[in-house]
Amino acid sequence: MQITLTVNGTQHTLDVPENTLLVEIIREHLGLTGTHVGCDTSQCGACTVHLDGRAVKSCSMLAGQVDGASVTTIEGIGTPEALHPMQAAFRECHALQCGFCTPGMIMRAIDLVAEQPDLDSKAVRAGLEGNLCRCTGYHNIVRAVLHSAGSDQGGAP
Amino acid sequence: MSSSAATATGIGASVLRKEDLRFITGNGRYTDDLNQPGQSYAVFLRSPHARARIIGIDTREALKVPGVFAVLTGADMAADGLGDLPCGWEVKQKDGSDMVRAPHPPLAINVVNYVGEPYGVVIAATRAAARQGAEAVMTDFEEREPVVDLATARDSAAIHDGVPGNLAYDWELGDRAATEAALASAAHVTRLDLTNNRLIPNAMEPRAALGVYDRSGDEYTLYTTSQNPHLERLVLSAFVQIAPEHKLRVIAPDVGGGFGSKIFVYAEETTVVWAARKVGRPVKWTADRSESFLADAHGRDHVTHAELGLDADGNFVALKVETTANLGAYLSTFGSSVPTYLYGTLLAGQYRTPNIHVEVHGVYTNTCPVDAYRGAGRPEATYVVERIVETAARELGQDPAALRRRNMIRPEQFPYETPVALIYDTGNYEASLDRALELVDYAGFPARRAASEAAGRKRGIGFACYIEACGLAPSQLAIQLGAGVGLYESGEIRVNPTGSVTVFTGSHSHGQGHETTFAQVVSDRFGIPFENVEVVHGDTGRVEFGLGTYGSRSLAVGGSALVKAADKLIVKGRRIAAHMLEADVDAVAFEDGQFVVRDSNQSLAFGEVAFAAYVPTNYPTDLEPGFSEKAFYDPQNFTYPAGTHIAEVEVDADTGVVTLVNFVAVDDFGHVINPMIVDGQVHGGVAQGAGQALLEHGIYDDYGQLVTGSYMDYCMPRADDVPDFVVDTTVTPCTHNPLGVKGCGEAGAIGSPAAIMNAVTDAVGSNDVSMPATPEKIWRALAG
Repeated sequence: MQITLTVNGTQHTLDVPENTLLVEIIREHLGLTGTHVGCDTSQCGACTVHLDGRAVKSCSMLAGQVDGASVTTIEGIGTPEALHPMQAAFRECHALQCGFCTPGMIMRAIDLVAEQPDLDSKAVRAGLEGNLCRCTGYHNIVRAVLHSAGSDQGGAP
Repeated sequence: MSSSAATATGIGASVLRKEDLRFITGNGRYTDDLNQPGQSYAVFLRSPHARARIIGIDTREALKVPGVFAVLTGADMAADGLGDLPCGWEVKQKDGSDMVRAPHPPLAINVVNYVGEPYGVVIAATRAAARQGAEAVMTDFEEREPVVDLATARDSAAIHDGVPGNLAYDWELGDRAATEAALASAAHVTRLDLTNNRLIPNAMEPRAALGVYDRSGDEYTLYTTSQNPHLERLVLSAFVQIAPEHKLRVIAPDVGGGFGSKIFVYAEETTVVWAARKVGRPVKWTADRSESFLADAHGRDHVTHAELGLDADGNFVALKVETTANLGAYLSTFGSSVPTYLYGTLLAGQYRTPNIHVEVHGVYTNTCPVDAYRGAGRPEATYVVERIVETAARELGQDPAALRRRNMIRPEQFPYETPVALIYDTGNYEASLDRALELVDYAGFPARRAASEAAGRKRGIGFACYIEACGLAPSQLAIQLGAGVGLYESGEIRVNPTGSVTVFTGSHSHGQGHETTFAQVVSDRFGIPFENVEVVHGDTGRVEFGLGTYGSRSLAVGGSALVKAADKLIVKGRRIAAHMLEADVDAVAFEDGQFVVRDSNQSLAFGEVAFAAYVPTNYPTDLEPGFSEKAFYDPQNFTYPAGTHIAEVEVDADTGVVTLVNFVAVDDFGHVINPMIVDGQVHGGVAQGAGQALLEHGIYDDYGQLVTGSYMDYCMPRADDVPDFVVDTTVTPCTHNPLGVKGCGEAGAIGSPAAIMNAVTDAVGSNDVSMPATPEKIWRALAG
């Protein structure tokens, strides 16, 4: 099937099999490998991207569902020279170790802060429930999200 | 050691990580991100049965699937003369005989012995075609009765020919007669039966491999998710015999977590690098998470009976431990060593227990092989010691902190030789215990318990005063004990003509942040800007040799190699500077990045000397140009990180739900290079330990089917399952490595399961709760 979608501000028209997943479009067709695949049951959240501004697990969206949509991936929110505040907070709070879950975690965290500006630690933990991290024990991820949200509870970075 | 020029980024500074910039912007390069022109895709044929004979494999329909290039089986691999996957640690049995190794071909040939065991591979132009091809392969299995239950495995039919009782080894350590005599005369004996639950590692990046064969040079390249690419190359070359070492390059690029599971040499990477030549194209494989569950080596899985004897004053007089350890269907790369030398040797814990005996039965079962998982043997040992000590305190009505304190090895007793073969070089166990008691507000616990009680919840507190042996390992000792390789590490420092520095290390970072900490160590040593130091790792084509990262060894062993190499450079730099400044070598010192002639105002900057070494105009005639050095560092002893972890839990008696409400970890890692990174390592380890204690369990049913084969069934710790952690360190520097460091990667996972289970059993008032302490188990325990 032919679909047209905008990824990180650039429009793409692709001819893909109907059973193609959004994450396959992103990684394999567009070569944007910052979005990762960590499971096959939509549980880990490593593939989280923004679809029309909201965080979605891109392993759970089919090509047909994203026709006409606007997608933002980790590559689209900031660069090493001009980091998104959430990217900067993750670095400053040591909220990543191996880095594999990180892109999905950051994309989810940005959406979380947007939907609930007055977050506390408990709300952050609940909000990140769909994203697995095996390295950090979540402690510093929670700090980073609170820090980025401007809450004092994040403590000094 | 610290120089003023590098204070903000030197040793002891929480420097932000160099590697983060690529990871947070999506520019990391993991194995699955890499592609080769013309590459094909591999999908493995895996056994659906726990135990079966392969009668026949019909590949005709699969080969008709468009895009399928080849279907290869274990027999094809054997026909090409490839060898078995070896177990790299020979364990001697009680009677002096060798352990019994079962044959372990990378792809199973006539028999399969666990669900998920690979016995063939389909290679195709696309992943979808390979998958379709795999579904079209018709394999005729003759099912056989599997051996699944660890407790009865020794009384079951033999899985492997020539392995009666499914016993790989019967191993012991310590003085049995003295231990039994001391127990017989003890004033009190505490007895405890424990299980240490099977865990499935679950690094977030699934394993992956990309094999490439270059016909022009007859050279192979393997990109793979490995914690130790040089060891991978050594095994594939020397044992599996895919290619000579100089014709095989192994690259482990960014690796998304390991926790032990990526140490081992597996069937899949072996197959893709072999198949790349066979099919004449690069071959790529990336595991589904389901495959990770089935076929990444699992961890733990012990059944143990322990007895602790105490005299009338509460001094430990003897500890006797008997453990049956599940090794799975085959001996994985280091599977034999984990329940023996990494377990039995740690049973002294932090205590002066004079008599210890441990006996371990290592058994085969029709389950995925079991090998090192974060902590590897040491969490199991800590679980035994700290659960039985806590139980003894309860039986005797003593304060658990006081009973531990009474029995701790005291600072003045180091070096301390234990009855189980280790010599602890240094430590101060009471210091970390005291700090942990303070941080947890131990005195305030009764009030907190009363408050919980008033709110209808049961509160418990639990301790673990753990010790670990890290910094693996003195080579001679390790080889004496059965290791197939030395356990030193290599490092090389190349100072470029402009004074920037490239560091090559045999350690491998897969989350630990070596690109940052190793740069801190080297920049601090040279007094040069941290930004000028680049760390290279994970590529046998760029790094001379290495034994990789596991056992909290990277800084203690790999970092020490870099210090050695740096010191060689400083020696050479002093000679160059002495010549240039027309001074005696002995009069030249290296301070704060300057080669200084003592008692003069003459000096040369590090960069000036480096430049002179590459542009040798005014240069000693008897000295080689160039400014790079390498070193191998072989440790003299293990390092012994230790500490106290204290957990507090609340239990909802109606639902059985346990909430970890507070966790304090005070660890002694010796000197700390980057406190931010060390704290992060502890956080992650504690969360994994909390997972073991409360959530995670790899369960096989009676037929050997893995019941917990996805994230829908295997309960990983999520953000709302764990609290904020309170972590701190105390410092007694390691006495035998140049940085005084001990290693921090595993401590969190070693101390926390025992601390949390001691808290859980304290809360429910029953010791009869096994890990993981699920709501059902708690509810049943409370129902009595």
